[in-house]
Amino acid sequence: MLNSHLPILLVVVPLLAAPLIVLLRRSLPSWIVATAASVATLAIALPLLQQAVSEGVISYAIGNWPPPLGIEYRVDAANAFVAVIVSLIGVFVMPYCRRGVAAEVRSEEHYLFYAMMMLCLSGLLGILLTGDAFNLFVFLEISSLATYVLIAMGRDRRALVASYQYLLMGTIGATLYVIGIGLLYLQTGTLNLADMAARLPAMGDPRATLAALAFITVGISLKIALFPLHLWLPNAYAYSPSAVSAFLAATATKVSIYVLMRYFFTIFGETVVFDARYTGVILLALSLAAMFVPAVVAIFQTDLKRLLAYSSVSQIGYITLGISLHSVGGLTAALAHLFNHALTKGGMFLVLGGIVLRLGGSALDRMAGLGRTMPIAAFAFVIGGLSLIGIPGTAGFVSKWYLVTAAMAEGQWWLAGAVMLSSLLAVIYVWRFVEIAYFREPPDDHPPSGEAPLSLLVPALLMIAACVWFGLDASWSGSMARAAAEALAGGWK
Amino acid sequence: MSGSMALAGILMTPLMGMVLVSVAGRWPNLREGVTLTTAVVLFAQVLSLYGAVADGARPELLLLPMLPEVSLQLTAEPLGMLFGLIASGLWIISSIYSIGYMRGNDEGHQTRFFVCFAGAIFAAQGIAFAGNMLTLFLFYEAMTLITYPLVTHHGTEHAKKSARIYLGVLMGTSIVFLLTGMLATWVLAGTLDFRQGGILAGQVGATGTAVLMALYMFGIGKAALMPFHRWLPAAMVAPTPVSALLHAVAVVKAGVFSIVKVVVYVFGADNLMSLGSADWVPLIAGYTIVAASIVALRADNLKRRLAYSTVSQLSYVTLAATLLAPISIVGAAMHIAAHAVGKITLFFAAGSIYTAAHKTEVSQLDGIGRKMPWTMLAFAVGALSMIGLPPAAGFISKWYILSAAMGAEHWIAVAVLVISTLLNAGYFLPIVWRAFFRAPPAHHGDDHGHDHHDDHGEAPWPMVLAQGVTATLTIILFIYHEPVLKLARAVAGGD
Repeated sequence: MLNSHLPILLVVVPLLAAPLIVLLRRSLPSWIVATAASVATLAIALPLLQQAVSEGVISYAIGNWPPPLGIEYRVDAANAFVAVIVSLIGVFVMPYCRRGVAAEVRSEEHYLFYAMMMLCLSGLLGILLTGDAFNLFVFLEISSLATYVLIAMGRDRRALVASYQYLLMGTIGATLYVIGIGLLYLQTGTLNLADMAARLPAMGDPRATLAALAFITVGISLKIALFPLHLWLPNAYAYSPSAVSAFLAATATKVSIYVLMRYFFTIFGETVVFDARYTGVILLALSLAAMFVPAVVAIFQTDLKRLLAYSSVSQIGYITLGISLHSVGGLTAALAHLFNHALTKGGMFLVLGGIVLRLGGSALDRMAGLGRTMPIAAFAFVIGGLSLIGIPGTAGFVSKWYLVTAAMAEGQWWLAGAVMLSSLLAVIYVWRFVEIAYFREPPDDHPPSGEAPLSLLVPALLMIAACVWFGLDASWSGSMARAAAEALAGGWK
Repeated sequence: MSGSMALAGILMTPLMGMVLVSVAGRWPNLREGVTLTTAVVLFAQVLSLYGAVADGARPELLLLPMLPEVSLQLTAEPLGMLFGLIASGLWIISSIYSIGYMRGNDEGHQTRFFVCFAGAIFAAQGIAFAGNMLTLFLFYEAMTLITYPLVTHHGTEHAKKSARIYLGVLMGTSIVFLLTGMLATWVLAGTLDFRQGGILAGQVGATGTAVLMALYMFGIGKAALMPFHRWLPAAMVAPTPVSALLHAVAVVKAGVFSIVKVVVYVFGADNLMSLGSADWVPLIAGYTIVAASIVALRADNLKRRLAYSTVSQLSYVTLAATLLAPISIVGAAMHIAAHAVGKITLFFAAGSIYTAAHKTEVSQLDGIGRKMPWTMLAFAVGALSMIGLPPAAGFISKWYILSAAMGAEHWIAVAVLVISTLLNAGYFLPIVWRAFFRAPPAHHGDDHGHDHHDDHGEAPWPMVLAQGVTATLTIILFIYHEPVLKLARAVAGGD
């Protein structure tokens, strides 16, 4: 039955699309293949999530080699949920690429762009589904290498530096991760994650496990851009093509967050990570720092893309804050924000892409009078901003609801105050755009050129509309986030 | 049920109004026709619920399953009924007034103005009929956002700065205090429904309740309890119809309405009484009443004086609600209605003076009553209501509040009411006296500095009509207030 092969199909479809695109070479067919593959991944991910929620853990042995010897794909509500997020973002972004890429990438590189997008997508989905520690590393590298190329395709020459910066940081992160799994392999003699999780408790709690935990945590935190390991992120988001910014902001860091959660809760277990150590306190402190420092930095940015990038670092703080609570409520909050922030930030980057196409740059000063020259885009951007703040009726509010109630349920009442104050910083950086776009006269030297083309505007607006929709009706996203949290906390049994 | 249908209509009508007004933007007469029709239809729909709600029915409507745990829903209950009626009824009158004002002053962006106005009414109806705290909070925030373009209407640097204060205070208090309070309520009580007797009763101790009370009282920044009142004078930068309907009625009443609602349905008056956790609120409210009146006394700008008068009058409601006696809650509900009609009259008059004579300061108003007799007569009625003298509606509500304070032997509250009555008289009566009994400023012989606005008559007729109607309402509400009283009693009595 095809249904039983869904886990591998999810990874293989985009993986095969990449070489196909290279063979096709022409821009339009490449785009068609990439879009079709993205739609296909969503069509695979949704029933997979359905299946995982109703039936529990799905184990898929690659090439019928039974685990723990063969590579296993292990799907539960948690990784299936994140896979839905990733493929959903892909479906929003790929239609947008046609026009966006035409404007931002040299035409002879189009097929490379689409091929890299497919490799990136495939890598991210692979990270999510695989049940093998080393296989996870391989997919991490596939997605990262593709990402370096994608960032470097930005029109601005500084994109090359940004890409190089990310390459260095990403490689350090991946290296630390491999050292971590090396240590775990030495101890347990297995690379299968579920097997490893089953063997670790019997090892006691030796220093080697602790060292592995430290290496993996720091390595993955680099990929997450957890404050203060975020230095690669602002440039990477700011100088890459708009579609890439949107895709990365919505997916790449999110997938790494999933990996961290998986290691914390399923592999090492809550007792080792939180109860016996200060991991929770450290993570809490870093999350709080992330919620405030980059948010203040965002306020002082003069470039809208960089502003959004710093906002992302700040919003990642909310997610890791949820993890640091190490309760089902906290994990629900983290996963709900994973979903809601992906929609919000992805949508905002897409809207911004359309604006940049018309204005020729993303400096805040250029946004003067945007409320008049591009009313729809400006308004959509503001709606996205409201979701960043967490105004009720937007997706961001749902996350805030879960996060603060989870903190309160753990007796951490003061955290509520911290979250609220950090949202006020979001009000300030969002309102910088509002005041410039609505109260400044459009500059005279370049005449208003009207709204962005429909092919850019429609996907962007759909994503912003999704922000509002999932803010007014979070019954699906909320219950999926809870199911995913329960799956993570319950282990891979 | 028909009740649910009416609730759906109450939300849909102003939304439809927003769409149709923006579509009809190019034809001003059609556009204003749409606004008026929408207002009348909305009022009729709200009114159609009155009979059932007054008789004890509580129609409900599920809007959206916002969260798996709590949904967005509407419920019509007496207090919301009262607020809904006031907001929609006065919208009709202020629409007539706005038409005169916006055209008389050649204001720009009139379509945006009328769209946002309808949006503010939409939010007000949502607040009025919110079935739980989450729904109320959603519409509360929506109201802040939709009135933002109205405050910044003129787009000047001054408007932008004032709007920063407006948004900063309202958004800041609602996110930091109100949202925290609401989420804490959810965690502690496990529900956000409004229930007679309160949902926190028996769930939280005295200290916890006092903290929650502070989060709600200061979190509902629209009630302008000091020190979070600065947004209200800042909002006066908006065109006068906005100040009249929104910053004297819809927005601020949404604030005190939420306060009464939270006291009665979230905390429960009896619960607060037995815990003593709200004892400090009347003191803050009393301070706000007196302090704001003193600021008003010294303000020369007419709208600023009215704004501080509003800050003071809003705290009457907060004071009355937190005296926690059934009769004081009746007084609080009555005062929402009485202050609304009185203050909107005063703002209408201020706008008429600005439109006809281009005068904004109290010191410029010498003898203006001779040229604008109807305007100043309406102003006088509004002033009487603010002071709390018969034959104006303000007398009735003040009577209830004063009796409650005396009944509770809360002498500080009694003293505050007496002092503020004197202060009110002190800053309103001189205006009336100036207007009617002082001679207009003498003209200089030469043409130098001749103010062309001195030869003016009354304001455009829609404005005079509107302020006449609200002044009349102020008097009618003094004589015949049975329908309002019936709703107010239902809130306090829990029948």
